[in-house]
Amino acid sequence: MDPVFSIKNDQAENFLFLRRIFAALVFIVLMSTGLVVRLIYLQIVGHEHYATLSKENSVKLTPLPPNRGIIYDRNGKILAENKPSYRLELIPEQIKDMDDTLARLQKLFDLPDEKIEQFHKQRKREKRFNSIALLPAMSDEELAKFAVSMPFFPGVEIKTHQVRHYPYDDLASHVVGYVGRINEAELKQLPMPEYEGATHIGKLGIERTYEAQLHGKTGYAEIETNVQGRSLNTINEVKPVPGANIYLSLDIDLQKTAYDALDFYNGAVVAIEVKTGGVLVFASRPGFDPNPFVVGISGEAYKALNESENQPLYNRALRGLYPPGSTIKPFVALAGLEYDKIRAPQSLYCPGYYSLPGVDHKYRDWRKGGHGSVDVVRAITESCDVYFYRLAQMLGIQRMHDFLQQFGFGEKTGIDLFGETSGLLPSPAWKQAKKKQKWYEGETLISGIGQGYHQVSPVQLARATATLANHGAVVSPYLVDKIVTPQGVLKGPEKHGEVIPMKADHLDSIFAGMINVVHSGAGTAKRIGYGIPYQIAGKTGTAQVFGIKQGAKYNESEIDFKLRDNALFIAFAPADDPKIAVAVVVEHGGHGGSVAAPIAGKVIKQYLQNLHEN
Amino acid sequence: MKTETRREHFQPSSMIGKLLRKLHIDIPLFLCLFLTALLSFVILYSSGGQDMGVLLRQGARVGLAFLLMTALAQVNPMQFKRYSAILFGIGIFLLLAVLIMGQIGKGAQRWLDLGFFRFQPSEMIKITTPMMVAWYLAEHHLPPRPKQVLIAGVLIILPTLLIAKQPDLGTAILVASAGAAVLFFAGLSYWFIGAIIGLIGASTPVIWHLMHDYQRDRVRTFLNPEADPLGRGYHIIQSKIAIGSGGIYGKGWLGSTQSELEFLPESSTDFIFAVYAEEFGLFGCFGLLALYMLIIARSLYIASQARDSYNRLLASSLAFTFFVYVFVNIGMVIGILPVVGVPLPLISYGGTSIVTLLSGFGILMSIHTHQKFSIA
Repeated sequence: MDPVFSIKNDQAENFLFLRRIFAALVFIVLMSTGLVVRLIYLQIVGHEHYATLSKENSVKLTPLPPNRGIIYDRNGKILAENKPSYRLELIPEQIKDMDDTLARLQKLFDLPDEKIEQFHKQRKREKRFNSIALLPAMSDEELAKFAVSMPFFPGVEIKTHQVRHYPYDDLASHVVGYVGRINEAELKQLPMPEYEGATHIGKLGIERTYEAQLHGKTGYAEIETNVQGRSLNTINEVKPVPGANIYLSLDIDLQKTAYDALDFYNGAVVAIEVKTGGVLVFASRPGFDPNPFVVGISGEAYKALNESENQPLYNRALRGLYPPGSTIKPFVALAGLEYDKIRAPQSLYCPGYYSLPGVDHKYRDWRKGGHGSVDVVRAITESCDVYFYRLAQMLGIQRMHDFLQQFGFGEKTGIDLFGETSGLLPSPAWKQAKKKQKWYEGETLISGIGQGYHQVSPVQLARATATLANHGAVVSPYLVDKIVTPQGVLKGPEKHGEVIPMKADHLDSIFAGMINVVHSGAGTAKRIGYGIPYQIAGKTGTAQVFGIKQGAKYNESEIDFKLRDNALFIAFAPADDPKIAVAVVVEHGGHGGSVAAPIAGKVIKQYLQNLHEN
Repeated sequence: MKTETRREHFQPSSMIGKLLRKLHIDIPLFLCLFLTALLSFVILYSSGGQDMGVLLRQGARVGLAFLLMTALAQVNPMQFKRYSAILFGIGIFLLLAVLIMGQIGKGAQRWLDLGFFRFQPSEMIKITTPMMVAWYLAEHHLPPRPKQVLIAGVLIILPTLLIAKQPDLGTAILVASAGAAVLFFAGLSYWFIGAIIGLIGASTPVIWHLMHDYQRDRVRTFLNPEADPLGRGYHIIQSKIAIGSGGIYGKGWLGSTQSELEFLPESSTDFIFAVYAEEFGLFGCFGLLALYMLIIARSLYIASQARDSYNRLLASSLAFTFFVYVFVNIGMVIGILPVVGVPLPLISYGGTSIVTLLSGFGILMSIHTHQKFSIA
């Protein structure tokens, strides 16, 4: 190359090159400014947004279910508790040869193939580092078996969790109820932050009524997770608040006495503390074992319970409806006195039957020959039907209805259990509305002895008895005595019901008649009155399950058990200062005095003896 | 020219300084590179899960890269010029070899396994392409004539296509911009540049058609990452979360939750800037950008001081390519460019990129420290 030309050119080139360097610098600065602007946008303008996303990314809230409150009886005996249960779990990630491990476990516990299949299904849904249950509830034997061979099963472990347990099995199943797995319908209705992570919910009884108190408050752990969801460490933990403990007014020992006394009969016993309304006994026989319901009862077992002739799932004390029979008589008698249709000394002749004028039908007395001349006291003591036919006729159905209604007949008692029935207290208005028929006078007559349309539940009958014993101050039965929360003790509101107006001497006559039922030679329940230092006031009842034809004779031993009369008994004691009121219904028990009264007698005696001893 | 004062005013006060000067090391550039490398260890310790093994492995690579840089700095730039064409030819040959071997084996192939270490021809071509173009253009008068531009264009497009075929879009972009930078600094007229840009814009549909599916997905994802948050948009969304959550001051060293908890993929390699931004915040980002700007500024200064056309073009191209490196990586991590596989220069985990980069800086130092002799 020509050097002169080259040098000249070099200067031009140099100048061009420097300009290009400068242009490149400008370009670089401009582009870098773009980066800076974008960084400012992300890190200042968008910071809050991205910081939130970053938190959500890495922090997972895990609910910590609270321990459910414990249910005690009035003496602090546990009716519902939380027991540890052991679950065999496998962590796929830590198991080298899954098939081999499963095969050995299957052999060890003698597992059916379905369980293994179930496990495989579950495994597909879960992440490798999440544990999967193989055996949901291990027996002590299974625990021992596994404990020995544990070193040969890496990645297999036993996890403990809490399971609701009812130590008294069928004894108080209808009162305490049970918890069961939350179903989908319930899940939709549950308040969500509180029930996050919850698996069970009260389905029946106290467990259901007081679900909100028993459940407690779900806590949560903020757990840092990585992108696969593996938990790394806990950042923050809000501890769950355990559910409130609930103390029932129920006396489980007394309940056992009543339940056992019902023996092979189906029936119900309700006992109420007269002064408070606290329910001491709430027995329905047969009961059922609530424990299988907690872990999930099998289809067959449930079917067996549901279709059993004796209907163990049926809460007779709460929902059973029975004609009150003669147990209604003290109330009808009081109505007669209050409405001044009868007076205490007045007597009435009982020939053994009663007829309405101009009607052929004979309304028979249970005693074929009649009771002769009876006053109100004797009419109650001997349960003279004729006296009450006559009295009912004099009162008329409307007055009878109005008076009995004050004692809570035909109404729910408002006890703290779901599913109570209101029973039926008949009136012409009711018959017109329901049956579109007019009321007949004959129906008034049989209403006077607690037959016909009148239907009561055992708890209703017990409440009416307690109200009577309480001199007309209406008793409202309740089961929960107090709720003990970490913050303090909640007592149920002291209910001061209205007082039914009644004259003291009228009540004395009724009480006298009822005392004689138990304590006089003519009494229908005299067998239970011996050897006690106080008096029991009671009234037997025998309610027909089916109608006896005119002229036919009712013979207990000859007819089928299923067709035998229901035996009833109501009582309170001590008569001079009533503390306990009891109602007993024994299905197909026959006569109230011989079957139902002894059960009430046992309950009253045990209660008053305990009361005296303490 | 021995009394050249512009370099004399920088008086290293220590023995190390004297040694570095004897070794043809440009001290300002060296200091910046060294600082960046140190910073890389700080970030890698955090992004790599505080694994000392990661640091040791990277330390060995960085050490090797610095040695290579020093070695290249000893070479007279005249030698680079002399061997430009041969080196470029070898590079193209190796790219072809890799491509053919890749077709025999299956899938993407970028490596040549030389037994003791794996060699990536596309890394070498990043330097040899600008060398080749600079050599070719320096043989003629500048600014280049259309014919020379055309030939230079072929020299650029050939390796670019071979690399894009691998497929390695990131490297292809870097190689193309290195070559294009030479043309630009050689004085390619702005009209011509405008025409080329217009042509590329017009041929976008054709390029789209030629792209691999996964490359198209990357572009689609870049245009709308939220459309597929758990799939293809995941990288960008997670890295934006990381950077944005860092805020002005950052979460502090080792405080990155996005990478710590494995939400951010490739947190030690291509997406390491996100970890850095999350931990050190906007100020940290400014600091790192400033460091990069110093390196680029010093490199451009070296280019401006070069006397020989070849040296100027090569030096300025290396400086500019370094910026493209920085811009493409940060741009994709902060979501203003599509995701292409370009590491954050001098910071990302991995040996090949840092070896190539420091080789480039070795050449720059050689150009700067040898010119008095070359002209004398």
